[in-house]
Amino acid sequence: MKTAVILRFPGTNCEFDSEYALKKQGWNVEIVWHKEEVLPKCDLVVVPGGFSYGDYLRSGSIARFAPIMKAVEKYANNGGYVLGICNGFQILTEAGLLPGALKRNNNLHFISKMQHIKVVNNDNKFLQNCEVGEILNIPVAHADGNYYIDDAGLEELKKNNQILARYCDENGEPMVLNGSVEQIAGVCNKEKNVFGLMPHPERAIEEVLGSIDGIKMLEGLSA
Amino acid sequence: MKAVVNVFLKEGVLDPQGKATSHALASLGFKGINEVRIGKQIVIDLDATSKEEAEKEVKEMSETLLANTVIEDYNIEIVE
Repeated sequence: MKTAVILRFPGTNCEFDSEYALKKQGWNVEIVWHKEEVLPKCDLVVVPGGFSYGDYLRSGSIARFAPIMKAVEKYANNGGYVLGICNGFQILTEAGLLPGALKRNNNLHFISKMQHIKVVNNDNKFLQNCEVGEILNIPVAHADGNYYIDDAGLEELKKNNQILARYCDENGEPMVLNGSVEQIAGVCNKEKNVFGLMPHPERAIEEVLGSIDGIKMLEGLSA
Repeated sequence: MKAVVNVFLKEGVLDPQGKATSHALASLGFKGINEVRIGKQIVIDLDATSKEEAEKEVKEMSETLLANTVIEDYNIEIVE
Protein backbone atom coordinates (compact mmCIF):
# COMPACT_ATOMS: atom_id res chain seq x y z
CA MET A 1 0.00 0.00 0.00
CA LYS A 2 1.33 3.42 -0.90
CA THR A 3 1.64 6.07 1.77
CA ALA A 4 0.84 9.74 1.39
CA VAL A 5 1.92 12.31 3.96
CA ILE A 6 -0.32 15.32 4.37
CA LEU A 7 1.23 18.31 6.11
CA ARG A 8 -0.62 20.28 8.73
CA PHE A 9 0.27 23.84 9.72
CA PRO A 10 -1.58 26.06 12.17
CA GLY A 11 -4.48 27.25 10.01
CA THR A 12 -4.53 24.32 7.59
CA ASN A 13 -8.13 23.24 6.96
CA CYS A 14 -8.10 20.85 4.01
CA GLU A 15 -6.07 18.02 5.52
CA PHE A 16 -9.11 15.84 6.25
CA ASP A 17 -10.70 16.39 2.82
CA SER A 18 -7.39 15.42 1.25
CA GLU A 19 -7.10 12.41 3.54
CA TYR A 20 -10.64 11.29 2.65
CA ALA A 21 -9.99 11.63 -1.08
CA LEU A 22 -6.70 9.77 -0.98
CA LYS A 23 -7.98 6.98 1.26
CA LYS A 24 -10.79 6.44 -1.24
CA GLN A 25 -8.11 5.73 -3.81
CA GLY A 26 -6.43 3.20 -1.58
CA TRP A 27 -3.72 5.32 0.00
CA ASN A 28 -2.44 4.89 3.49
CA VAL A 29 -2.40 8.44 4.88
CA GLU A 30 -0.37 10.06 7.62
CA ILE A 31 -1.02 13.63 8.72
CA VAL A 32 2.21 15.24 9.86
CA TRP A 33 2.47 18.32 12.10
CA HIS A 34 4.62 21.16 10.78
CA LYS A 35 7.00 21.04 13.75
CA GLU A 36 8.22 17.57 12.84
CA GLU A 37 11.67 17.53 11.29
CA VAL A 38 11.57 14.07 9.82
CA LEU A 39 9.32 13.09 6.96
CA PRO A 40 7.97 9.53 7.29
CA LYS A 41 8.80 7.20 4.41
CA CYS A 42 6.18 7.93 1.78
CA ASP A 43 5.29 7.98 -1.91
CA LEU A 44 3.65 11.40 -1.97
CA VAL A 45 3.60 14.58 0.10
CA VAL A 46 0.47 16.72 -0.04
CA VAL A 47 0.61 20.33 1.10
CA PRO A 48 -3.10 20.97 1.58
CA GLY A 49 -5.25 24.08 1.47
CA GLY A 50 -6.14 26.43 4.29
CA PHE A 51 -4.76 29.59 5.79
CA SER A 52 -1.44 28.60 7.29
CA TYR A 53 -0.36 31.19 9.86
CA GLY A 54 -3.47 33.21 9.01
CA ASP A 55 -1.92 34.19 5.66
CA TYR A 56 0.11 36.76 7.63
CA LEU A 57 2.78 38.69 5.71
CA ARG A 58 2.00 36.80 2.46
CA SER A 59 0.09 33.57 1.94
CA GLY A 60 2.48 30.69 2.55
CA SER A 61 5.45 32.88 3.44
CA ILE A 62 5.78 31.77 7.06
CA ALA A 63 4.75 28.13 6.58
CA ARG A 64 7.54 27.64 4.08
CA PHE A 65 10.04 27.99 6.97
CA ALA A 66 8.33 25.42 9.21
CA PRO A 67 10.70 22.66 10.37
CA ILE A 68 9.02 19.99 8.22
CA MET A 69 9.59 22.01 5.05
CA LYS A 70 13.36 21.36 5.11
CA ALA A 71 12.61 17.66 4.87
CA VAL A 72 10.04 18.27 2.14
CA GLU A 73 12.54 20.29 0.12
CA LYS A 74 15.07 17.49 0.41
CA TYR A 75 12.42 14.94 -0.53
CA ALA A 76 11.41 16.97 -3.60
CA ASN A 77 15.00 17.55 -4.65
CA ASN A 78 15.51 13.78 -4.56
CA GLY A 79 12.64 13.31 -6.99
CA GLY A 80 9.83 12.66 -4.46
CA TYR A 81 6.32 13.61 -5.58
CA VAL A 82 4.79 16.69 -3.95
CA LEU A 83 1.33 18.13 -4.59
CA GLY A 84 0.37 21.58 -3.30
CA ILE A 85 -3.29 22.55 -3.38
CA CYS A 86 -4.36 26.18 -2.94
CA ASN A 87 -2.47 27.38 0.15
CA GLY A 88 -0.16 24.43 -0.53
CA PHE A 89 0.57 25.89 -3.98
CA GLN A 90 1.33 29.25 -2.35
CA ILE A 91 3.68 27.57 0.15
CA LEU A 92 5.53 25.70 -2.61
CA THR A 93 6.08 28.90 -4.65
CA GLU A 94 7.26 30.73 -1.53
CA ALA A 95 9.66 27.85 -0.88
CA GLY A 96 11.02 28.15 -4.41
CA LEU A 97 9.98 24.57 -5.22
CA LEU A 98 7.68 25.97 -7.92
CA PRO A 99 8.28 29.03 -10.12
CA GLY A 100 6.25 32.24 -9.91
CA ALA A 101 4.17 33.71 -7.11
CA LEU A 102 0.51 34.12 -6.16
CA LYS A 103 -0.87 37.62 -5.69
CA ARG A 104 -4.18 39.01 -4.48
CA ASN A 105 -7.03 38.29 -6.94
CA ASN A 106 -7.51 41.11 -9.43
CA ASN A 107 -11.05 41.85 -8.26
CA LEU A 108 -9.91 41.69 -4.60
CA HIS A 109 -12.65 39.14 -3.86
CA PHE A 110 -12.37 35.80 -2.15
CA ILE A 111 -13.53 33.62 -5.06
CA SER A 112 -15.33 30.44 -3.98
CA LYS A 113 -17.18 28.52 -6.69
CA MET A 114 -17.10 25.65 -9.15
CA GLN A 115 -14.69 26.53 -11.93
CA HIS A 116 -13.80 24.95 -15.27
CA ILE A 117 -10.18 24.40 -16.10
CA LYS A 118 -8.59 23.13 -19.28
CA VAL A 119 -5.73 20.66 -19.16
CA VAL A 120 -2.67 22.11 -20.90
CA ASN A 121 -0.07 19.35 -20.46
CA ASN A 122 -0.44 15.73 -19.43
CA ASP A 123 3.12 14.48 -19.85
CA ASN A 124 3.44 14.33 -16.08
CA LYS A 125 2.38 11.88 -13.39
CA PHE A 126 -0.35 14.09 -11.92
CA LEU A 127 -2.40 14.67 -15.09
CA GLN A 128 -1.44 11.51 -16.99
CA ASN A 129 -5.06 10.26 -16.90
CA CYS A 130 -6.41 13.51 -18.37
CA GLU A 131 -6.44 14.48 -22.03
CA VAL A 132 -4.78 17.64 -23.27
CA GLY A 133 -7.60 20.11 -23.85
CA GLU A 134 -9.94 18.22 -21.52
CA ILE A 135 -12.26 20.47 -19.53
CA LEU A 136 -12.60 19.65 -15.83
CA ASN A 137 -14.98 21.16 -13.30
CA ILE A 138 -13.17 21.74 -10.01
CA PRO A 139 -13.96 24.09 -7.12
CA VAL A 140 -11.78 27.08 -6.32
CA ALA A 141 -11.72 28.98 -3.02
CA HIS A 142 -9.02 31.60 -2.71
CA ALA A 143 -8.19 35.28 -2.28
CA ASP A 144 -4.58 35.04 -3.46
CA GLY A 145 -4.71 32.95 -6.61
CA ASN A 146 -3.51 35.50 -9.12
CA TYR A 147 -0.53 33.68 -10.59
CA TYR A 148 2.38 35.89 -11.59
CA ILE A 149 5.52 35.00 -13.47
CA ASP A 150 7.73 37.26 -15.57
CA ASP A 151 7.97 36.87 -19.35
CA ALA A 152 11.20 34.89 -19.28
CA GLY A 153 9.73 32.54 -16.67
CA LEU A 154 6.57 32.10 -18.72
CA GLU A 155 8.61 31.12 -21.76
CA GLU A 156 10.42 28.52 -19.65
CA LEU A 157 7.10 27.10 -18.43
CA LYS A 158 5.87 26.76 -21.99
CA LYS A 159 9.09 25.30 -23.31
CA ASN A 160 9.15 22.60 -20.63
CA ASN A 161 5.41 21.81 -20.64
CA GLN A 162 5.11 23.00 -17.03
CA ILE A 163 1.68 24.60 -17.30
CA LEU A 164 -0.83 22.09 -15.90
CA ALA A 165 -4.15 23.84 -16.50
CA ARG A 166 -5.80 27.16 -17.34
CA TYR A 167 -9.09 28.67 -16.19
CA CYS A 168 -11.77 28.55 -18.86
CA ASP A 169 -15.53 28.71 -19.31
CA GLU A 170 -17.64 25.59 -19.74
CA ASN A 171 -16.89 25.54 -23.46
CA GLY A 172 -13.17 25.72 -22.88
CA GLU A 173 -12.83 29.36 -23.91
CA PRO A 174 -10.25 31.26 -21.86
CA MET A 175 -11.75 33.29 -19.02
CA VAL A 176 -10.31 35.73 -16.54
CA LEU A 177 -10.97 34.35 -13.07
CA ASN A 178 -8.47 36.12 -10.85
CA GLY A 179 -5.99 37.89 -13.11
CA SER A 180 -3.49 35.03 -13.43
CA VAL A 181 -0.91 35.39 -16.19
CA GLU A 182 -2.40 33.56 -19.22
CA GLN A 183 -5.15 32.23 -16.91
CA ILE A 184 -2.75 29.74 -15.34
CA ALA A 185 -4.41 27.60 -12.65
CA GLY A 186 -1.50 25.29 -11.87
CA VAL A 187 2.11 24.52 -12.75
CA CYS A 188 4.76 21.91 -12.08
CA ASN A 189 8.52 22.15 -11.74
CA LYS A 190 10.86 21.38 -14.61
CA GLU A 191 11.55 17.88 -13.29
CA LYS A 192 7.77 17.24 -13.12
CA ASN A 193 7.69 15.86 -9.60
CA VAL A 194 6.35 18.96 -7.79
CA PHE A 195 2.82 20.12 -8.67
CA GLY A 196 0.80 23.09 -7.52
CA LEU A 197 -2.66 24.35 -8.38
CA MET A 198 -5.28 26.67 -6.92
CA PRO A 199 -8.37 24.49 -7.67
CA HIS A 200 -9.23 21.74 -5.18
CA PRO A 201 -9.41 18.29 -6.86
CA GLU A 202 -10.00 16.68 -3.44
CA ARG A 203 -13.34 18.50 -3.29
CA ALA A 204 -14.59 17.03 -6.59
CA ILE A 205 -14.65 13.32 -5.94
CA GLU A 206 -18.33 12.42 -5.47
CA GLU A 207 -21.44 13.28 -7.51
CA VAL A 208 -23.04 14.83 -4.45
CA LEU A 209 -20.23 17.41 -4.41
CA GLY A 210 -21.16 18.56 -7.91
CA SER A 211 -18.27 16.99 -9.79
CA ILE A 212 -16.12 13.87 -9.82
CA ASP A 213 -13.46 15.34 -12.09
CA GLY A 214 -10.97 15.52 -9.24
CA ILE A 215 -10.74 11.72 -9.15
CA LYS A 216 -9.02 11.63 -12.53
CA MET A 217 -6.41 14.10 -11.39
CA LEU A 218 -5.61 12.39 -8.12
CA GLU A 219 -5.65 8.95 -9.78
CA GLY A 220 -2.62 9.97 -11.79
CA LEU A 221 -0.62 10.19 -8.59
CA SER A 222 -2.10 6.93 -7.30
CA ALA A 223 -1.10 4.99 -10.43
CA MET B 1 17.73 50.62 16.93
CA LYS B 2 14.73 50.68 14.65
CA ALA B 3 14.54 49.60 11.05
CA VAL B 4 11.67 50.46 8.75
CA VAL B 5 11.18 48.16 5.78
CA ASN B 6 8.83 49.23 2.99
CA VAL B 7 7.65 46.45 0.70
CA PHE B 8 5.92 47.19 -2.60
CA LEU B 9 4.92 45.19 -5.65
CA LYS B 10 7.52 45.67 -8.37
CA GLU B 11 7.00 48.23 -11.08
CA GLY B 12 5.15 46.47 -13.87
CA VAL B 13 3.45 44.01 -11.52
CA LEU B 14 -0.20 45.02 -11.38
CA ASP B 15 -1.27 46.11 -7.90
CA PRO B 16 -5.01 45.29 -7.64
CA GLN B 17 -5.43 47.01 -4.26
CA GLY B 18 -3.75 50.17 -5.51
CA LYS B 19 -5.91 50.17 -8.62
CA ALA B 20 -9.14 49.78 -6.65
CA THR B 21 -8.08 52.58 -4.29
CA SER B 22 -7.19 54.82 -7.20
CA HIS B 23 -10.68 54.28 -8.68
CA ALA B 24 -12.27 54.97 -5.31
CA LEU B 25 -10.36 58.24 -4.94
CA ALA B 26 -11.36 59.31 -8.44
CA SER B 27 -15.01 58.53 -7.75
CA LEU B 28 -14.79 60.66 -4.60
CA GLY B 29 -13.85 63.54 -6.85
CA PHE B 30 -10.09 63.70 -6.24
CA LYS B 31 -8.44 64.84 -9.44
CA GLY B 32 -5.10 64.27 -11.09
CA ILE B 33 -4.30 60.86 -9.61
CA ASN B 34 -1.93 59.02 -11.91
CA GLU B 35 -1.39 55.89 -9.88
CA VAL B 36 -1.80 54.48 -6.38
CA ARG B 37 0.51 51.75 -5.14
CA ILE B 38 -0.17 49.96 -1.88
CA GLY B 39 2.58 48.32 0.07
CA LYS B 40 3.34 47.41 3.62
CA GLN B 41 5.59 48.88 6.22
CA ILE B 42 7.37 46.62 8.67
CA VAL B 43 8.99 48.24 11.70
CA ILE B 44 11.64 46.19 13.45
CA ASP B 45 13.17 47.04 16.81
CA LEU B 46 16.49 45.26 16.97
CA ASP B 47 19.74 45.04 18.92
CA ALA B 48 22.55 46.17 16.69
CA THR B 49 25.75 48.00 17.54
CA SER B 50 25.96 50.02 14.37
CA LYS B 51 23.79 51.30 11.59
CA GLU B 52 25.76 49.23 9.10
CA GLU B 53 25.24 46.05 11.08
CA ALA B 54 21.52 46.74 11.38
CA GLU B 55 21.23 47.41 7.69
CA LYS B 56 23.04 44.21 6.80
CA GLU B 57 20.87 42.18 9.15
CA VAL B 58 17.60 43.70 7.94
CA LYS B 59 18.59 43.26 4.31
CA GLU B 60 19.01 39.55 4.97
CA MET B 61 15.63 39.47 6.74
CA SER B 62 14.03 41.16 3.76
CA GLU B 63 15.54 38.82 1.21
CA THR B 64 14.70 35.74 3.28
CA LEU B 65 11.20 36.47 4.53
CA LEU B 66 9.86 40.02 4.47
CA ALA B 67 9.70 40.43 0.69
CA ASN B 68 9.02 37.92 -2.07
CA THR B 69 11.52 39.21 -4.60
CA VAL B 70 9.70 37.42 -7.42
CA ILE B 71 7.00 40.09 -7.21
CA GLU B 72 8.14 42.65 -4.65
CA ASP B 73 10.80 45.31 -4.12
CA TYR B 74 11.77 46.68 -0.74
CA ASN B 75 13.73 49.50 0.81
CA ILE B 76 15.22 49.84 4.26
CA GLU B 77 15.52 52.88 6.45
CA ILE B 78 17.45 52.67 9.71
CA VAL B 79 16.07 55.00 12.37
CA GLU B 80 18.22 55.53 15.45
